[in-house]
Amino acid sequence: MAKYLLLKHYRGAPEAVNNVPMDQWAPEELSAHIQYMNDFADRLEHSGEYVDSQALAPDGVWVRSAGEGRPPVTDGPFAETKDLVAGWMIIDVDTYDRAVELAGELSAAPGAGGRAIHEWLELRPFLTDAPASTD
Amino acid sequence: MAPVVDETMLRELVPQVLSALIHRGADFATAEDAVQEALVEAVRHWPRQPPKDAKAWLISVAWKKFLDAVRSDAARRRREDIVHAEPAAIPAPATDDTLWLYMRCAHPALSPSSAVALTLRAVGGLTTGQIAQAYMVPERTMAQRITRAKRKLAGARFTEPGGVITVLKVLYLIFNEGYSGDVDLVVEAIRLMRQLAGLTHHPEAQGLLALMLLTTARRPARTAADGSLIPLPLQDRTLWDRSLISEGTAVLQRALSRDQLGEYQAQAAIAALHADAQTAQETDWIQILEWYDELVGLVSSPVARLNRAVARGHAESPGAGLAELDRLPDSLPRHSATAAYLHEMRGDLTEAARLYAQAATKASNLAERNHMLHQASRLNSRPS
Repeated sequence: MAKYLLLKHYRGAPEAVNNVPMDQWAPEELSAHIQYMNDFADRLEHSGEYVDSQALAPDGVWVRSAGEGRPPVTDGPFAETKDLVAGWMIIDVDTYDRAVELAGELSAAPGAGGRAIHEWLELRPFLTDAPASTD
Repeated sequence: MAPVVDETMLRELVPQVLSALIHRGADFATAEDAVQEALVEAVRHWPRQPPKDAKAWLISVAWKKFLDAVRSDAARRRREDIVHAEPAAIPAPATDDTLWLYMRCAHPALSPSSAVALTLRAVGGLTTGQIAQAYMVPERTMAQRITRAKRKLAGARFTEPGGVITVLKVLYLIFNEGYSGDVDLVVEAIRLMRQLAGLTHHPEAQGLLALMLLTTARRPARTAADGSLIPLPLQDRTLWDRSLISEGTAVLQRALSRDQLGEYQAQAAIAALHADAQTAQETDWIQILEWYDELVGLVSSPVARLNRAVARGHAESPGAGLAELDRLPDSLPRHSATAAYLHEMRGDLTEAARLYAQAATKASNLAERNHMLHQASRLNSRPS
């Protein structure tokens, strides 16, 4: 029973096998992709392993405090930012191996030409709040 | 305000009510849902109309709920004009129903997380919402986990493959998860463990109960007000719960007198020796090391071997502990933390600081990571 984050990148991940930008897919290929993602989330809910998933807009800015009494300053967006997160899914699974298996399935979502994208997903374990009672 | 229903008392009755339904011929999955519905009714009606006999009330309401479910299911099937072969009923055992329910919920065909969820609901009497909250997953996800577990059990023939030991593993998992949100899983685990220990003479059941009591005794001293961890040597021992310690010690002594040692009894013995020391300096590390020798002979647990290295560090010398640590793969969780501790004991403060910082990056939880960062910072900021 451990939670993992499956992180999907717009940029920054190694190149996918079937690496065609989404705006160049056929409409039915896009539909098939979205259907796959929805089905995947449904399937995880039925297996009792789903926690959450969210997609992020690509536009973001950097924000930092400018000191007490001043409004925060914003900067960007920077087109050259190397790492750009596209979204995530959170799963709650019994083992690390199961997390890898599920990430593999999600990565096989269909893309251009109806072929699996084989994109790289980042798999990150959550830190729990506290150690086990007997630790 | 209406009086509040004693939910702990209510939950104590859950396995008995469920057993009663199964005895009357109900199948486990439907009966379990019916019991949950009866609990909801009890919480709703009892404040105004307390029953004369709580158990009889629950059985009668749960049985009605069960019949309603069966009838509407039968009606639905007739409407759909589908003929199902009724699955063979699981034979209910003649004696010790509650123990049978525990073993059913911990059936080895279930994944650990499913067994945990089903145990908390079917014998623990917690609602799906409470279990979901405790494990921080959406309620729908937890509901599916429980439904799937019940479906899997309906197909699994019930032999007694794991027996009591599989149940203990499940309760140990629940206990270890600790506290989050409304439901204190430590308290629930102890409640279930006390019940189970009354149902079986297995010495490891007594051993695990003792381990839970002795560990929980230290709980008030284990974290500071801000939630940060306080390691054993620095804990305020006056905060330890003496009544839990004496109960745990007594349970452990009874278990050990049976002369069938197991991993939980060994771990409880180590916890008892810590509990016995008035100050950290008075800890009997020689005996603790002997118990770790027993423990690593019983289970191939990497955690036990790391802790044994610490015990050697105290019982013999930090160097002896480090030598033992060297024989363990450094990929083990807490390897760096253990090495840091032993290096600090030996006086290699620079190396200890480096290892504490490394341990922070490898911690699996936030409290431990912050603790390791504090340890590194403490050593790095010492006057040079």
